[in-house]
Amino acid sequence: MHVSLTPEESAFRDEVRAFFRDEVPRDIHDKQARHIALEPEDQVRFQKILYEKGWAAPNWPVEHGGTGWTLVQKHIFETEMANSNMPRIVPFGLGMVGPVIYSFGNDEQKQRFLPDILQSNVWWCQGYSEPGSGSDLASLKTRAELDGDEYVVNGTKIWTTLAQYADWIFCLVRTSTGTARKQEGISFLLIDMQTPGVSVKPIITIDGSHEVNEVHFENVRVPAANLVGEEGKGWTYGKVLLQHERTGTAGVARTQYRLRQLRDQAGQSVRGSEPLCKDRNFMRRIAAVEVELKALEYTELRTLAAVSAGKAPGAESSILKFKGTELQQAVDELFVEAAGYYALPYVPEQYAPGFPDDQRIGAGTETDSASHYFNFRKASIYGGSNEIQKNIVAKHVLGL
Amino acid sequence: MDFSLSEFQGMLADSVGKFVDNEYSFARRMANADSSTGYGEDTWASFCELGWTALPFPEADGGLDGGPLETMLLMQQFGRGLVVEPYLANIVLAGGVLCRAANAAQKARWLQPIIAGDLQAALAIAEPQNRYDHAAVETRAVRDGDTWVIDGKKSVVFNGGNADLFVIPAESDGISLFALASDTPGIDVQRYRTVDGSTAADITLSGVRVDDGALLGAAGEGLATFDAVIDDAILAVAAEAVGIMQALTDKTVEYCKNRVQFGVPIGSFQALQHRMVDMLTASEQSYSLLLWATMACADRTDEAKRAVSAIKYQVGTAGKLVGQEAIQLHGGMGMSWEVDVGHYFKRLTVIGQILGNADWHLDRLLD
Repeated sequence: MHVSLTPEESAFRDEVRAFFRDEVPRDIHDKQARHIALEPEDQVRFQKILYEKGWAAPNWPVEHGGTGWTLVQKHIFETEMANSNMPRIVPFGLGMVGPVIYSFGNDEQKQRFLPDILQSNVWWCQGYSEPGSGSDLASLKTRAELDGDEYVVNGTKIWTTLAQYADWIFCLVRTSTGTARKQEGISFLLIDMQTPGVSVKPIITIDGSHEVNEVHFENVRVPAANLVGEEGKGWTYGKVLLQHERTGTAGVARTQYRLRQLRDQAGQSVRGSEPLCKDRNFMRRIAAVEVELKALEYTELRTLAAVSAGKAPGAESSILKFKGTELQQAVDELFVEAAGYYALPYVPEQYAPGFPDDQRIGAGTETDSASHYFNFRKASIYGGSNEIQKNIVAKHVLGL
Repeated sequence: MDFSLSEFQGMLADSVGKFVDNEYSFARRMANADSSTGYGEDTWASFCELGWTALPFPEADGGLDGGPLETMLLMQQFGRGLVVEPYLANIVLAGGVLCRAANAAQKARWLQPIIAGDLQAALAIAEPQNRYDHAAVETRAVRDGDTWVIDGKKSVVFNGGNADLFVIPAESDGISLFALASDTPGIDVQRYRTVDGSTAADITLSGVRVDDGALLGAAGEGLATFDAVIDDAILAVAAEAVGIMQALTDKTVEYCKNRVQFGVPIGSFQALQHRMVDMLTASEQSYSLLLWATMACADRTDEAKRAVSAIKYQVGTAGKLVGQEAIQLHGGMGMSWEVDVGHYFKRLTVIGQILGNADWHLDRLLD
């Protein structure tokens, strides 16, 4: 057992670090540093740079465009991406539907969809939750009825993140009713957002942002060729996807990076005042979160080590999800507290492209702290709420 | 970076695990703790035969050349089995000082008999006034001709009531480390039992006179050794705590699957399920951090010092949660002396209380 990097691993780390520093355009670095929201084009541009380098999908199998990295290399990549303050990869294509298609799709689907996902040519979104089906996802009601060689889809999906930019949506739909278990009638369907009958309605969240949507399907005709795997097996495929999603949402490296930013911020004096880092109470809370993050980093590494030894990510990934999001939220809270009164100003235009820095209210990005805090209350709700994760661990790990 | 065990490490973990499962029942543990010494002398003899008392020492000293990782593997199993034998006191603490600071003659006289099981030893860590700051030593060693005269008081010395040999840190223009036979005139030993079923002693040194043969290493230069041994001991008890937390989580889950109330196993109640998931999480998070901290120390990275404080903070807080929840979920059974759970809880409590508690180590992380 060793914690140190081998010379090869150190060289890889340096290569990754230099890549993010030198190959990602300055304007993207700059927007990230100033908390300016990225335009969809920025996001795609960034992901295409990764693709050109061959690094778009480290977790994919090599034959579909993966990198063939060891788990340590993947860990280094994630850490360096966070430490370089790079944008988050939009997960719906590369992290979610891609793995479902290469695991369960047919050859035609793989050829048709995977290259565009890998190259970020197509923007995907996820159609899982419905107005009446949140934690009880398997109760979903969106119907897909076979009519010749097409499915006719009717229903509503909700909390659909970034659907306003999406070209395609992957959906869990009900293809048969009255099955013994409600999970059995569910299928996994790929739907072109341009198909007649698909409409997107924005939902504004408590931070004032437009991230999520309602997606309505009214007699939407979808070729049967867009069904992934077998009809009625969609729940199984969807669960695999959720386990990938949960492993990914721990976000340990990014939270560690943000905590270091908070430390730097706390070290700065404002107009000659004693900096916040002299407040030992505050610094003890930072230290406590730091310890838990280090522990979670190693819990994640242990999980990944099991995966690289050939096991699928199991129910342990639920621990990563709820612990990881708890810690993200803990850091968000600390940022708000660090901002003091300057957590109050609600001036979203300050974080839109083109707003002059010298006209910003407050120092740095402290007026963004509350919005971030409000927005990330979602983290313990999405991907299966943290309470649902605990149910999963109780049932599948503890056998209760 | 690599999580795999060497062949030796795998065999070690396996053999200690088997001993705990097959040879060290809870009944035997309680009988050992209730004996006059507070541990099983035959059990200790088995540890010597199995080579475990030689584990962390270099081959040149008759050891097996183990390091922090090997001690971790052993102590984690000891935690799982709630082993009461004074491995920490003899091997990690007193043995750790002798191994680092003693000369060849001193090692032959004291370290070899410890490894062989012929000598019981103890390191005096605390004094009544210094709480967790083990370097703030007020016991004094004063030079008088060719001899040293030592005066002071040492608190709650683990295994102190059984020890033939005390390792005593004393102030003499820096910290000096002395090896004193327990029957040296001027040493008064007040022996008692501790809440975790173990034993300890308060020791008063009044005009204790020894020559240079008792001095371990150079006079006034013992602090580095003292610090290093305390760090080793923190890693060792952290591993023990992780083993205890794993055992308590398993036992609690098992109990809740079998205990029927309102016509159903109480483990079917979501309020209790989530609490057991929290226990599992605390236990798994502690194990993860233990791996990092122990590897950081074994590899001597820049983070080693912080890692030691981080893991002690972690097992302090997580141990409290797991221990208290284990009692709560066992209900009245958890309160019973007859049932093992309460004894695991008490040992976890003691681990949280020694070598710097969670607050102490969180504070150290700020500097």
